[in-house]
Amino acid sequence: MRLLREAYYIILGFLQMLGAAGFFLAQMLRHVPKALMRPRLIFQQVFNVGAMSLVLILIAGLFVGMVMGLQGYNTLSKFAATSALGTLVALSLLRELGPVVTALLFAGRAGTALTSEIGLMRATEQIAGMEMMAVDPVQRIVVPRFLAGVISMPLLVGIFNAVGLLGGYLVGVVLMGVDAGAFWGQIHGTVDLHEDFWTGVIKSVVFGIATTLVAVFEGYYAHPTAEGVSRATTRTVVNSALLVLALDYLLTAFMF
Amino acid sequence: MKQTRTIEIVTGFFIILGFVALYVIATSATNIKAYSEGGGYTVTASFTNVGGLKLRAPVTIAGVAVGNVTNVRLDPRTFNAIVSIRINSSYNQIPDDSSASILTSGLLGEQYIGISPGGSETFLKNGSKIQFTQSAIILENLIGQFLFNKASSGSK
Repeated sequence: MRLLREAYYIILGFLQMLGAAGFFLAQMLRHVPKALMRPRLIFQQVFNVGAMSLVLILIAGLFVGMVMGLQGYNTLSKFAATSALGTLVALSLLRELGPVVTALLFAGRAGTALTSEIGLMRATEQIAGMEMMAVDPVQRIVVPRFLAGVISMPLLVGIFNAVGLLGGYLVGVVLMGVDAGAFWGQIHGTVDLHEDFWTGVIKSVVFGIATTLVAVFEGYYAHPTAEGVSRATTRTVVNSALLVLALDYLLTAFMF
Repeated sequence: MKQTRTIEIVTGFFIILGFVALYVIATSATNIKAYSEGGGYTVTASFTNVGGLKLRAPVTIAGVAVGNVTNVRLDPRTFNAIVSIRINSSYNQIPDDSSASILTSGLLGEQYIGISPGGSETFLKNGSKIQFTQSAIILENLIGQFLFNKASSGSK
C-alpha cells in the first residue's frame, strides 16, 4: 500500500515537473522577440555554450567515427562487403549517432554549466536583485542562454558528423585499405539529402531545445542552497539524457 | 577589451565552422546531385518486371551515370511497369532506338538501368518512350530454371 502511494507521488511529481517545464517554455517563447533585439547577449552565450564545447565535440566525433570505421570494417570484411563501409559510417552518423551523442555530450558540458550558473545566481540572490530593479530575469538571463543552446546544437552536430566521417575515412581507407572511390561513391549513392541529412538536422534542433530547456529550467527553479544547486546539476544530466534518448526513439519512429 | 575581442573571434569561428561542416556534409556526403539537376528531360520505358528497382536509382550509358529513375508505376491495362527516367540535359543526343535494361551491380547489389545506344538519326526527347527494354533478371527464376533443366536432363 505504501509502495503504491509512493509510486503515486512519483508520478504526480513527474507530471508536475512536465507541466512546469511546459509553462516555463511558453514563458521563454513569449520573451524571444524581445531577447532577439539584443543579439549581443545571445552571441556571448553562443561562445559559452557552443564554442566552449567545440574541442570536446571534435575529439569525440573523431573517435566515434574511427570506432565505427574499425568495427564496420571487421564485420563487413566477413561478407566481403567492405565497400559498403562508407554507407555504414555516414548513415549511422547522420541519422543517429551524430545528434544523440552530441546531445549527450552537450548536456554534460554545456547543460551543467548553464544549470549551475543560473542556480548560483538564484542562490546568491542575483535573480531577486534583478527583479527588484524591474529587470525581467527570464528575458535577461534565461532566454539568451536558451536561444544560444538551440543555435549551437545543429552546428555542433554538423561538426561532429564531419569529423566523424573523417575518422571513418581515416580508419577505413587510410588504415584498412578500403577503396576511397567505393567509400565516397557508396555514400553518394545511398545517403539521401532529405531522408537522412535533413532529418538529422531536425533531430539536432529538437535535442537542442530539449537539453537547453532542461538545463535552464533546473537552474532557474533550483533550491537556493549549495546542495540544491548540485542536485539540480545532477538532474540536468540525468533528465536530459533520458529525454534525448526517448525523443530519439519517437522522432525515428515518426520520420523514417 | 582584448578578451572580448578574442571571445567574439572564437564565437564567429565556431559559427562559420558549424555552417561549413553542415554545408560540406550536405553537398559531398549525400545524393544532392540527384535533386539538383533540375534541367533535363523525362522519358519512359515499360518493363514486364522491374525487380527491385528503386526511386532515384542511377541510369547509365557505358557505365557513366546520365540520369536517374523518377517514378515507377503500374500500367493498369497491360500490367507492365512504367518507369520514368530523367536524363541530364547535357546528354540530349541519345538515339531513339536505344534499348534500356535493368541490371544489377554485383551479384546482390543495387539495381540500375543501363541504356545501350542504338543507331538512329533521331534522338530521345522529353516525353518519348524507349521501345526496346529488357526486364530485370530474377535470380530465383534463373535458379529454378537451372534446377528444372538439371532434373529433366537427369531423368532421361
